[in-house]
Amino acid sequence: MIEKRPITTFISHFVIIVGIIIIAFPVWITFVAATHDAIRMTQSPIPIWPGDQFFINLKATLWDGISESDTRPVAFMLLNSLIMAMIIALGKISVSLLSAFAIVYFRFPFRMGFFWMIFLTLMLPVEVRILPTYEVVAKLGMLNSYAGLTLPLIASATATVMFRQVFLTVPDELLEASRIDGAGPMRFFFDILIPVSRTNIAALFVILFIYGWNQYLWPLLITNDQSMVTVVMGIKEMLESAEQAPVWNKIMMTTLLAMIPPIIVVVFMQKMFVKGLTETEK
Amino acid sequence: MLKRVHFGTSWLPFALVAPQIIITLVFFMWPAAQAMFQSLLVQDAFGLKTEFVWFDNFKELLNDEIYLQSFYRTAFFSTLVAFFSLSIALVLAALADRVIKGATFYRTMLIWPYAVAPVLAGALWVFMFNPSLGIITYTLDLLGYDWNHKLNGGQAMSLVVMAATWKQISYNFLFFFAAMQSIPKPLIEAAAIDGAGPARRFWTIIFPLITPTTFFLLVVNIVYAFFDTFGIIHAVTEGGPANATTTLVYKVYNDGFIGLDLGGSAAQSVVLMVIVIFITVIQFRYIEKKVDY
Repeated sequence: MIEKRPITTFISHFVIIVGIIIIAFPVWITFVAATHDAIRMTQSPIPIWPGDQFFINLKATLWDGISESDTRPVAFMLLNSLIMAMIIALGKISVSLLSAFAIVYFRFPFRMGFFWMIFLTLMLPVEVRILPTYEVVAKLGMLNSYAGLTLPLIASATATVMFRQVFLTVPDELLEASRIDGAGPMRFFFDILIPVSRTNIAALFVILFIYGWNQYLWPLLITNDQSMVTVVMGIKEMLESAEQAPVWNKIMMTTLLAMIPPIIVVVFMQKMFVKGLTETEK
Repeated sequence: MLKRVHFGTSWLPFALVAPQIIITLVFFMWPAAQAMFQSLLVQDAFGLKTEFVWFDNFKELLNDEIYLQSFYRTAFFSTLVAFFSLSIALVLAALADRVIKGATFYRTMLIWPYAVAPVLAGALWVFMFNPSLGIITYTLDLLGYDWNHKLNGGQAMSLVVMAATWKQISYNFLFFFAAMQSIPKPLIEAAAIDGAGPARRFWTIIFPLITPTTFFLLVVNIVYAFFDTFGIIHAVTEGGPANATTTLVYKVYNDGFIGLDLGGSAAQSVVLMVIVIFITVIQFRYIEKKVDY
């Protein structure tokens, strides 16, 4: 604090708190909707204070689906989302670690050519090349599979560029020392390089987990099998079905369940999250 | 680039880059080449005959009133989202930077919307503004204002902008806040001793010093509004009513997967690629020479 101005300080706190309340308001309304029964949620005005149906709705949504006509258990969709997010996050990290290792630590033909080829993918987000990528995946017979769902999202320039940067700061003496001790390249990679970059790996994992969990357009196109549905995708269909069967309590319960895992990751791994964001973007 | 101490040539480095290169070739290069090739083709209505037409698809696009409109609409939408999310985040960050007690708590309370998927952000807002049930629709109705984004294009656009802004504030806040915290305190103290009040200090010291962050965020926000808002639009309006919220990315999806116009959709993909490359080049040129004071 530079000078004492109780009134400005009070106003600062006040405005921030108002901002926080406004930003949290949509989630509050969603939470309240998830604590009432379906009939109450069809009567306008809808409540703004919680009811007592939270656990009943939670149990029904998780295990029995949202309505008579839509009996897909949401727990199953959550599991699918978790599998997809984990494959994308871990896949991206391992693929990028290996290629960054090769590019930084080996002299071999086409080294820079490979680097620029990887770098180019930075410029082609899935949204841009959506239809041709879909055709390629269809040709390879990977529709409705975890491979088709995750592989096209796994190649990532940002992670490779970041690990390259990290490896470049690792002191040369570490490699010299491990060579004297008789370690080969892979031994050096697993015993030295991965342990020294573990905080970067953790930070990247947080970002990529959120990225993977929140994928929407790609899963929407690549899967039409009910057994592959992820929770983020499921919401859209539920919103559409709300026109006929307005089970808003369970739809909003599903929305809540879909956003909680990544929010927990951000809030509880905040330090890693901030590190990951600032490192991958700059 | 290469380490001074490194390993020599062998088959190993090729094996190490192989997974990434194969994925890049199969899922990036091949589709991108495919898009470029298809953008030069026209298929007849039954998918029986394909004809090579050079740049006709692009000419058609540039003469297509609907496409041009979605182009302007995307620019308008991105400007609004970038403007609102940047300015709200700037105000919140400047205030959080001033207070000592609770700054980290405030940060936690402000950054979580980053983790919400766009389509879920859409679901949250569309529920509040549901024409028959929404809590805000109800309040607006009491005030004598009629809300129905399913019929009113302007309202649909504002709803999409609100949801997209809401989600992006946290990201901008985080970067602004970090930039402000890294400004050396003696600088601010010196200005205070010279008699500059908080507002004056903000505009003459803090704001100029965070210019690099502001520029960086501007680019990121535009990219976000262009490419990452598909989920929001799909959940809230599906591009309607009457195309009022159809952005470029939404149109690629709609023409390709719903309208099945392969050549046209591919040509749009190529245009989008050019836009992305253009933005990336600007970003890198800019990062090369950081604004210094």
